[in-house]
Amino acid sequence: MTALVLVELDGTEPADASLRALTLARSLGDVNAVLFASAAPQDTLGRYGVSDVYLIEPSSLEGYAPQAWARTLAGLAAETGASAVLAAGTDRGNEVLAHLGAITGLPMAANCTLVTPDGGKTHRLVRHRWAGLLLEDAVMEAPVALFTVATDSVAHVSAETPTSIQVHVHKPELAESDLLVRAVESPAGAGGASLATARVVVGGGRGVGGPDGFASLEELAGLLGGVVGVSRVVTSEGWRPHKQQVGQTGTKITPELYLACGISGAIQHIAGCAGAKHIIAINTDPGAPILAHADYAIIGDLHQVIPALVEALRGR
Amino acid sequence: MEILVCIKRVPTVGGKIAVTADGQEVDTRASGFSISPHEECAVEEAVQITERDGGSVSVLTLGPEAAIEQLRGALALGAHRAVLLETDGREFGPIATAAAIAAEVRVHPYDLVLLGNEAADTGDYQVGVRLAHELGWPVATGIKSLSVEDGGVVARREYRGVEEAYSLPLPAVVTVKEGINLPRYPSLPGRLRAKRAAVDRTSPEWAAEGLRKSALRVPESSKHQAEVLGEGVDAVPSLVRVLEEWGVLA
Repeated sequence: MTALVLVELDGTEPADASLRALTLARSLGDVNAVLFASAAPQDTLGRYGVSDVYLIEPSSLEGYAPQAWARTLAGLAAETGASAVLAAGTDRGNEVLAHLGAITGLPMAANCTLVTPDGGKTHRLVRHRWAGLLLEDAVMEAPVALFTVATDSVAHVSAETPTSIQVHVHKPELAESDLLVRAVESPAGAGGASLATARVVVGGGRGVGGPDGFASLEELAGLLGGVVGVSRVVTSEGWRPHKQQVGQTGTKITPELYLACGISGAIQHIAGCAGAKHIIAINTDPGAPILAHADYAIIGDLHQVIPALVEALRGR
Repeated sequence: MEILVCIKRVPTVGGKIAVTADGQEVDTRASGFSISPHEECAVEEAVQITERDGGSVSVLTLGPEAAIEQLRGALALGAHRAVLLETDGREFGPIATAAAIAAEVRVHPYDLVLLGNEAADTGDYQVGVRLAHELGWPVATGIKSLSVEDGGVVARREYRGVEEAYSLPLPAVVTVKEGINLPRYPSLPGRLRAKRAAVDRTSPEWAAEGLRKSALRVPESSKHQAEVLGEGVDAVPSLVRVLEEWGVLA
């Protein structure tokens, strides 16, 4: 059994979400990786148990074209006799595997947390519904199984013994129509550290009180080497841009620390922050639902607690 | 421009989510129903485009008869026509859902079909893409900005801090995300009009798919009720100690 994994890059190294996909893929058999790049991060891929790497020459594609990526995966899956094709449950991973499902007519299971081969063409799996607020136990019957892997639930663990890697340069066979829809890239706005991959996230909710209340949260995030995230009410009120929203319809985060300030903890928000290793809530209401998901809480007004915390951290 | 917006009736979940005793569905005895924020934004985007450039907005749902409530909600926001693809209560998988929507699109000349990026409940992340392939149309997903330009659309989203722009000729399928706009509240005349509007109906065939649900369950949380460190600023020293222990202070 061979699993073919689409690996996304963060700079020159595999993205965190792709390492999680590689970890899950090892339970399915030999792992082959596909990279749309001219060079492979061989050491990392070897540590994660990859045996063969297929590099897709950037010259044959010129940037991200979802249908062309899917067509390439379809060709490679057939060529290598893959029993499964996986990608990370990112915007790109889910999109490319949806195209692959449509091209091949195969079913696709999004955001899996566990996959077990069950003989022949059957896999048993667990996947997210409601952005992870519920789990679905399911069975997939398909000649080639298509899975994406939840970005906030599966740990990334390197293989017990690193593998040595064979690198192949692959030239995909593409039709003109595969390249019709492609991304033209330009640097977006202020940029800065990404919410999805931040090590520390300082969250602000309704309790922040308005657009002017975020300065102290920004200062705290800066001192902790993190970024600010917000609840849905904050973006619906227009206090902060939507790209800072943590939650089911915003970004799913996986920091070491999530400091939730003035956030009551609607279930859609929990879906976005449940992947945090540690959660601390600062809230005036000892009955706020967020406390049921946090390690520690401070009962109090964030407008007093955060400046005091900032001062304590500055003095260190 | 003729626009079709696809929406889905899902339970409104607030503080808690629970599953029925047979593990097959979300327990809705204590909840209402709504559509996801992504889809509210899809309706709003379609209405804004037709207010600016003319044309009309049809809204479609695949679901039980009760989903007419969600169709009327979209009509109240400014959609002109409603289509119910009525099911017998069985859950359609993403392949059958895309096929049922495609059948409606083939009999009406739409220029643009909008969907939410993913359904709030099943989270399959593929109906829009499968629909586009069924129709042979181009598709862009996860879109946070959309503009109509020279017989096509330019759809934008962000990936790892970089803006991606996709140019699509029409007809096309676009799946959108919350944040593309701020949806309006329904007006009183809108609500009255929605109440009286006719709803077109068809009943598509259910079909088995290769991915089959066995059961739903609530995940076991690793977290329990938080330990209270203290009240107000007096708790700050304990908080700093915890952060030190966890090694998050660089």
